[in-house]
Amino acid sequence: MLDKNKVVIGMSGGVDSAVAAYVLKEQGYEVIGITMKLWEEDEENYAEDYGGCCSLSSVEDARLVAEKLEIPFYVINYNEQFIETVVDNFIDEYLSGHTPSPCIRCNKYIKFDELLKTAHSLGAYYVATGHYGIVGYNEGLDRYTISKSQEKRKDQTYMMYSLSQEQIKHTLMPLGVFETKEEVRQIAEREDLIVARKNDSQELCFVIDDDYVRFVKEHTLKPIPKGKFIDTKGNVLGEHQGIIYYTVGQRKGLGITFGKPMYVVEIRPKTNEVVLGDNEDVFRSELIAKEVNFITFDTLEAPYKCEGKVRYSSKTSPCTLYMMDNKVKVVFDEPQRAVTPGQAVVFYDGELLVGGGIIE
Amino acid sequence: MNPIYLDYAASTPLKKEVLDKMLPHMTAHYGNASSIHSFGRKQNQTVDQSRRLLAKLINGSYDEIYFVSGGTEADNWALKGIAESYQEKGKHIIVSNIEHPAVLNTAKALEEKGYEITYLEADAEGLISLEALKEAIRKDTILVSIMFVNNEIGTIQDIKSIGQLCREREIIFHTDAVQAFGYINIDVKDLNIDLMSMSSHKIYGPTGIGGLYIRKGIKIKSLLDGGAQERKRRAGTHHVSGIVGFSEAAKLRYENLNALNDEMQKKRNYLLETLKKNIDIKVNGHINRHPGSLNILIKGIKGDTLLMNLDLAGIAVSAGSACSSGSINPSHVLLAIGLSKEEAKASIRMTIGDMTSYEELDYVVDKLTEIVTRLLK
Repeated sequence: MLDKNKVVIGMSGGVDSAVAAYVLKEQGYEVIGITMKLWEEDEENYAEDYGGCCSLSSVEDARLVAEKLEIPFYVINYNEQFIETVVDNFIDEYLSGHTPSPCIRCNKYIKFDELLKTAHSLGAYYVATGHYGIVGYNEGLDRYTISKSQEKRKDQTYMMYSLSQEQIKHTLMPLGVFETKEEVRQIAEREDLIVARKNDSQELCFVIDDDYVRFVKEHTLKPIPKGKFIDTKGNVLGEHQGIIYYTVGQRKGLGITFGKPMYVVEIRPKTNEVVLGDNEDVFRSELIAKEVNFITFDTLEAPYKCEGKVRYSSKTSPCTLYMMDNKVKVVFDEPQRAVTPGQAVVFYDGELLVGGGIIE
Repeated sequence: MNPIYLDYAASTPLKKEVLDKMLPHMTAHYGNASSIHSFGRKQNQTVDQSRRLLAKLINGSYDEIYFVSGGTEADNWALKGIAESYQEKGKHIIVSNIEHPAVLNTAKALEEKGYEITYLEADAEGLISLEALKEAIRKDTILVSIMFVNNEIGTIQDIKSIGQLCREREIIFHTDAVQAFGYINIDVKDLNIDLMSMSSHKIYGPTGIGGLYIRKGIKIKSLLDGGAQERKRRAGTHHVSGIVGFSEAAKLRYENLNALNDEMQKKRNYLLETLKKNIDIKVNGHINRHPGSLNILIKGIKGDTLLMNLDLAGIAVSAGSACSSGSINPSHVLLAIGLSKEEAKASIRMTIGDMTSYEELDYVVDKLTEIVTRLLK
C-alpha cells in the first residue's frame, strides 16, 4: 500500500526543486530527495560551476539543500534509460531534419515514469518536481488535470502534454501556485537554501555548451553531408553545411547573403535539401500532429475548438482539432510562424492543458 | 530501534579502549615526534611502541613497519614505489581483476606511464588460479599484487601458495591486506610476503592511518618527499594519536582473535540462515571467507532500491561502489566473478561487526523480508 503522505522529489540542485521540497515538507509530507543522474559528461572537460544538471557541483547543491531540510537524499543513475528514451531520439530527430524537444520525452519516460517507479518502490505514492504547473482533479470531466502556473512567464506545462492520467494522478507540483519566481527565490533566501541566487539553467541538461551540432556529430556514425539550398520554386541558391545546422524559421547563420532576408522554410532529409524563402513563406495555418496525447478527455471524436501553440515560447492561438486516423489535423485561425517538425504542438482550454502531439 | 549498522567492511566505530589510548595524544601530549625535546621524545616513544607491537603481530621486524595515511596510500606506494625502483629489471606487473580501486586505478595510472599490467581473472567464487599466475609470470615481471581478503565478497586467497610461487621465481609479492589484517593470523615470513597494506579504520581504529609492511632489502621509491620520518622513506609529521589508536585496535582484535571471529561468524551464519527461511537468496563468493562478510543476490530486486528502503528503515548496508556524485555502480568484483549486470545490480553486501547483536539481526531480517516481499509484488 503506497503512502499518500510520502513523496519523492526530483532535485536538480536548482532553486525551484529546492523550494518545492521545502514547501512539501512544510505541508507535512514525508519528503525524500533524489537527484537523478541522467548524463555522464567527461568531468575533466568543463568547469565545476558550469552548472549543467549532472555536474558534481549541482549534485552537491542538491545534497546540501536536503541536509538543510533534514530529508533523506539519494543519487540514482538513470543514464541507460535516459540514453534509450531521450538522447537516441534526440539524435535521430536531428538526423531526420527535425528539431526535437527532448524535455518532453524526459518528462514522459524519466521524471514521471522512472522516478515515479522509484517513488513507488520506496513506498511513496507521489513524485514531485519543482516544475511550474498546477496539478488538479476536475470532477466534471472526471479527469486528473494540469493547468498553467500562476507565474505565467515560467509556465512549463507545454512540456507536460504527454503525461497519462496515471502519471498526473501521482504527481505533486508545489510551485504552480506561486505568483512570481521572485517569491520562490525569496523563500530560498529566507530558508537559507544556498542556491537562491543561482541562475536558472537554460540549456539542455545533456548539451551543456548548447552546441547541438557538435553533440549530434559526436554521437552518430551517420554522415551529415553538405547539400543544396533551394528556393520555394526549386532553384539552387547555394550550399548548406548539413541539415542538422538548421531549423525552420531560421534567418541567421545561413552562410550566404541574398540582398534580402531569407528564412529556412523546410528541411528535406530525403533529398538533403534546405528550402529558403521569404518571411511569409514561413507562416502556416495547418499542421498534422502525431503521437498525440489528450489529458482532459480520452479520444478526440468531433472537431474540437481550443488554443494551441507550436513552440514553448509562443503565445497560444485559437485553433480547431480534427481527428485523422491516429493523428490530429490542427487548423489555426491565424497562420503561425515557423511550424517546425519535431517540436510539439500543445493545446489549451483557457488555463487547462488539453493535450498535444509532435508536429509532422 | 536506533539505526542499525551492517557495513563494517566500509568502516568501523572506535572501540572504547582505542579512544582512551588516543585521547592523551590529542590533549596532554602534542609534541612533534621528530623533535629532540621531551615533548617530541614522548610522542616518538609511543610511535616506536606501536611500531613494535604491529611488527610482532605479523612476525615482521619493527623497522619493516611504515606508517601511512591509510590503505589507499599503502597500495599506491607499494605499486608505484616498486614500479619505479625495479624498472631496469622490467615493467610488467600482475594484479587480479578483483582488487580494490586503490590497486586497480594505481595499476591503470602505471599503464599510462608505460608499464604493462596483467589482470588475472578470478573464478566464480573469487579465487585466483595459481596456474594462471604461473603462466602470467615473465622475465620482465617485477611485482605481483593480489589482495588477501576481498572487500566485496570476503573471499580469502591462498596467499601462502602465491607467496611461495613468487619467492621461487624471485618476484616481489605485495598483498592488500586491508580486510585481512586484524581478522586473520598473518606471518609475513611464513607466507613469503614482501609488502603488505594494512588499514586502521577497518578494525575499530581511527580513519586516516594505515601501515605498509616492507621487507628488509626491498628498494622502494618514496611517494612523499620531505622530512626524514619513517627512515626517510615517507615524509610527514607522525599522526601519533592515529598510530597509537591503530596499534591498540590491532592488539584488541589479535589478542582475542578466535573468540571474536567465532562470535562474528556465528552471527553472520545466523543472519544468513534466518534470511534463507524467508527470502530466496544466493550467496556471492566462496565458502572460505571473512567471518563477518555476507554478499547476497536477491533475484528480481534492484540493489540500490533495496539499499534506500533499508536506509529509510534505519538499516545501513552496502551495494556496489559509489561514483563521485554518489549514485551506485554495480560492483566490478561481482561482474568479474561472472555475475551479469542485472545480478550484480540485485546484490547487497552486509558485514557483521564485533558489536552486532542478535536483536539487531532479528530486526534486519524482519525489515528485509518485509521490503523484499513488497518490492517483488
